[in-house]
Amino acid sequence: MSAGEATAQAIPRPRRLPPPLACIGLAIVAIGLIMALLGPFLARHGAGELISERPFPAASWALPFGGDHLGRDVLSRLLHAAPVTIGLALGATTVGFVIGLTVGFFTAEVRGNTDTMITWILDILVSFPPKLIALIAIAGLGSSLPILIATLGFVHAPRVARVARAVAMNISAMDFVEAARARGESVLAVMVREIWPSARRPMAVEFGLRVTFSILVLSSLSFLGLGVQPPMTDWGSMVRENMSGIFLGTPAALIPALAIGILTVGINLVIDWIGGSSGRRLTEELSR
Amino acid sequence: MASLVLGRLLLGAVTLLVASLLVFAGTQALPGDVTTAILGNEATPETRAALVERLGLDRPIHVQYFEWAGRFLRGDLGLSLVNDVPVSRLLDLRLKNTFILALATIIVVVPLSLFLGLLCAAYPNGRLDSSISVVSLFLISLPEFLVGIILVLLFAVYWSVLPATSISGFRSFEHLVRALVLPVLTLTFAILAHMVRMTRAAMLEVMRAPYIEMALLKGASRSRIVLRHALPNALGPIINVIALNLGYLISGVVVVEVIFAYRGLGKLLVEAIGNRDLPLLQAVALIMVAAYIVFTLLADIVARLSNPRLRFKQ
Amino acid sequence: MRPVLEIAGLVVRADDGKGSWIDTIRNVDLTVSAGEVVALIGESGAGKSTVALAALGYARPGTRLVEGRILFDGQDVRALDERGLRRLRGRDASYVAQSAQAALNPAIPIGAQIAEPLLIHGIASGTEAEARIASLIGLLDLPVGIVTRFPHQASGGQQQRIVLAMAMACAPRLLVLDEPTTALDVTTQIEVLKAIRTAIRGQGSAAIYVSHDLAVVAQIADRIVVMRHGAIVEQGPTAEIVERPKQPYTVTLIDAVRPRDRRLTREAPRGPAPLLALRGVNASYEQQGWFGPARGGNKVLRDIDLTVGKGEVLAVVGESGSGKSTLARVVAGLHPRLSGDIALAGTTLADRVRRRPLEQRRRIQIIFQSPDLSLNPEERVGEIIGRPRQLYFNEARTNRDAHTDRLLDMVGLPPSYERRFPAELSGGERQRVAIARAFAAEPDLILCDEILSSLDVVIAAQILELMRELKRKSSVAYLFISHDLVTVAQIADRIAVLYAGTVLELGATSAVFTPPHHPYTALLMAAVPQLRRGWLDDAFKLRGPTAQRRAAPTGCPFQPRCPLAIPGLCERELPPLREQTSGHAIRCHRSDAELRQAQTSPVQTSPN
Repeated sequence: MSAGEATAQAIPRPRRLPPPLACIGLAIVAIGLIMALLGPFLARHGAGELISERPFPAASWALPFGGDHLGRDVLSRLLHAAPVTIGLALGATTVGFVIGLTVGFFTAEVRGNTDTMITWILDILVSFPPKLIALIAIAGLGSSLPILIATLGFVHAPRVARVARAVAMNISAMDFVEAARARGESVLAVMVREIWPSARRPMAVEFGLRVTFSILVLSSLSFLGLGVQPPMTDWGSMVRENMSGIFLGTPAALIPALAIGILTVGINLVIDWIGGSSGRRLTEELSR
Repeated sequence: MASLVLGRLLLGAVTLLVASLLVFAGTQALPGDVTTAILGNEATPETRAALVERLGLDRPIHVQYFEWAGRFLRGDLGLSLVNDVPVSRLLDLRLKNTFILALATIIVVVPLSLFLGLLCAAYPNGRLDSSISVVSLFLISLPEFLVGIILVLLFAVYWSVLPATSISGFRSFEHLVRALVLPVLTLTFAILAHMVRMTRAAMLEVMRAPYIEMALLKGASRSRIVLRHALPNALGPIINVIALNLGYLISGVVVVEVIFAYRGLGKLLVEAIGNRDLPLLQAVALIMVAAYIVFTLLADIVARLSNPRLRFKQ
Repeated sequence: MRPVLEIAGLVVRADDGKGSWIDTIRNVDLTVSAGEVVALIGESGAGKSTVALAALGYARPGTRLVEGRILFDGQDVRALDERGLRRLRGRDASYVAQSAQAALNPAIPIGAQIAEPLLIHGIASGTEAEARIASLIGLLDLPVGIVTRFPHQASGGQQQRIVLAMAMACAPRLLVLDEPTTALDVTTQIEVLKAIRTAIRGQGSAAIYVSHDLAVVAQIADRIVVMRHGAIVEQGPTAEIVERPKQPYTVTLIDAVRPRDRRLTREAPRGPAPLLALRGVNASYEQQGWFGPARGGNKVLRDIDLTVGKGEVLAVVGESGSGKSTLARVVAGLHPRLSGDIALAGTTLADRVRRRPLEQRRRIQIIFQSPDLSLNPEERVGEIIGRPRQLYFNEARTNRDAHTDRLLDMVGLPPSYERRFPAELSGGERQRVAIARAFAAEPDLILCDEILSSLDVVIAAQILELMRELKRKSSVAYLFISHDLVTVAQIADRIAVLYAGTVLELGATSAVFTPPHHPYTALLMAAVPQLRRGWLDDAFKLRGPTAQRRAAPTGCPFQPRCPLAIPGLCERELPPLREQTSGHAIRCHRSDAELRQAQTSPVQTSPN
């Protein structure tokens, strides 16, 4: 019975130093953010500057990662493209996340027939394959930044809403939320004061997952030529441009692809640490 | 129980309807000027008029939709804009190829991931489990084109063991297998990690239940506990996991087919987009989306049926 | 003869979650002889389950059997390998878990689960196994058809008997029962206890019975071992422990079960006008539709008429499914009313709490059952208690802090607790904070929704005492919801007995406790375990014609279980609430004389 055994849902706050893997993850994310904010200023050359006249020059002091198919510095282009990749992914995710969170929390608190209807709609929206829908939308509507952000937001929002709703309903079922309602606190007050503090951690995990998804989808789109259009470049487009080099044995396309992979790995490592195994499981199940 | 199945079928039907609306809206209804999107800015007024005539773009939107949907349901998928060939004929070979690719991947991935997932759950936090956890975490973070590129570099360029691209028309079984290895491997890496993680998580969740401890106290062996006690309860979530990832397969096939120049539906989709071939694009898109929806729906129904509490009411 | 189980010097260590280990069991010795029933008594956290599981050589994840000798039938359990342990468990020694949810696999049919130990240990299979199962089913009074069904299709009492059958399948020498009836209603508990006793006696097995309920254990155990904080406080034969306890802790436990001063109020205080008045209140389980509460459906509350006077304690007693919690929530405005009026000091209360003015909301406060869930884990104690003051009195920070200190002191907590988070408090302390929060609003009425049910019996007694004291100092009224008739008698002025949403008896505490009572009230009182031996047999006879749980849809809801039901009348017509003496009413077709006659004889039987 009570006393020692059952404790409220709270996942223990990590007070010790994060485990080594999480530290690596945090370091990667930190570097990523620095690149996103300061990339263009850190790059030695301009994005379009031709360093060599031959395609795919080998690595040298001037070209730490070698050159691309036009002879430009891969490292510099990587730094110039970082804000696009990361900024776009963050922006698209934030849009979808904010909408989804609001809808999810709202419908969890309001319940009744409104909730049933919204859940029904969410179920339908979530049944669509996210990448295909993004592909089709961009194919039809073009690849401008607003369209990219809106499409991705449209893909994220229902999924985030479902997770937010599940989390909110879990928390809602606890008596302290009922106690707040019994005081007559408004819907908004209940959501902010009672539900949100306990929901922070799983929703942070969800946000992280969504960001990785955005990065991967946007890169895939750019790789297929449907993402950001020239002259704007992101890491996915860099991979696309340099694909010819692969068959020649030059790894110029590998560098930006690795950058994407490493960044995503870093975010996943941090998510695992924040959420613990339980936090991640719920959201992972509901969010793909 | 019948009402359960009917309910989901109804939901599925509505979802398909909404999907068709979305595809239509995205490709034909919303884009500002469809003719410009297809023909570009320099097209002559005559060519524009011809296109409008051909696609029926001058009629009201809802009429366009109903005509399009009606034709589709009757099996008339229209004519490709690029070469006037009936779309259905173009789809034939591609559909088969993608199906082969998907099937080959499924045959490899599903048993392997189930096995690994169950193994991890049977010895949680052991050495095997920890290493699989870390490796899978890395794998799920990688974009498929990265995996594809690395595989191509390794097997086709440095070691020259396998062909980097697949040539059409499989002349022999050996040829088929050699052409499939790299694409299947790429897809497998992408999906395996997700499936193992989710299977493990689903199993561990079930294994936390007190009745599992009870089975232990009855003297059941580890394999009996995992297979006879935990697995039946995890069946629902696991089937969902499989469905989710196979759905992912339908999307992931696009990038993989492009990298390896494999002539399947995914590559066709990208080509149609590149050529601005509207009827072809709509057909392929709708087929792929519908396949995903149907699949997920079936899995959902099966998962619910596997729960005795829903099968037998009180 | 060699004892079945011999534990000597047992030490168990647990991972405290912060990287170090602490000893949870300290040097415990325990011996169980063949055919003997030994009870392990103590509060939660005392380590009783840990010791009981050690008999099976099992340590829960996060714990380790560090030291000590565990001999089962002379065999060293700690030296057994995995194979040996598997052979021991389920065959020589079996475990009965606290709840059937914990023991039964929802995906496997019942028959298969009962047969499983037979299969695992290679004792019987096929038709032999079926025969054994059939005999077990018969012995434990379970319906024959249950073997093909799934656990969720059986009732709570049936489920627990199924778990018992599973444990008995291989005729083990030792049965370990871990709080097997704690999760059940008092009336269900009787049938399961009887089944347990049949099982133990029938098979001649030895048993370890873990419980926190001394009265239950007194019915079954030969010896009692009292545990606290991982060590044995006292042990001895049952009669001795119950009648001549030596250690002060044992005395506290006994007192909590058999409270010494049963002060029953004589007269119900009658104020001029009631503080809270319910008239014809109906409620159902259905959610709010778009056009108001859903019509029809199962009614949880039917035509409830109740009043609570100023400063009075009205207890509403009922078992699970009676609708008592719904009643509290309807009064609080958290659950929609289908029809009827609720008035506070003459003013009608709106259906939904959000539509009630602030003053009204302040005057009614609610305390919930579970201390773990009723406090926001992310808020400090000071903020939790301060919020009502901020909301209702718009109090400035400094005044709030002063009041918080005063409230903490009022509930017996030091002011330093203000900075703590709920996770840092024990269950009893959290409940005190919840009480402080309720009093912070300076209400006129506090709804207490089973506030003692999740607490250990000793802590519950303390909280009850606290509530009594607080009521004396302020003039607050309580609507005290509980399932425990005997406990509420210590605080209630008036009692209402609720069954399937209908009030069956209502009156001053002393009146309700004196015959004649409603037949259901008599059943409830008899079902409360008493320390005297022989109680179990009497209570079992009182059960009535069937153990039918479902309430009748027409007529008197208690009729299917009533030993005094009048055939032809009670199924058709709902009896009126007949007032006997001033303020005491019974809803029964039988006259008071008939009831008194039936209930003053040793066993309640029909006068026909």
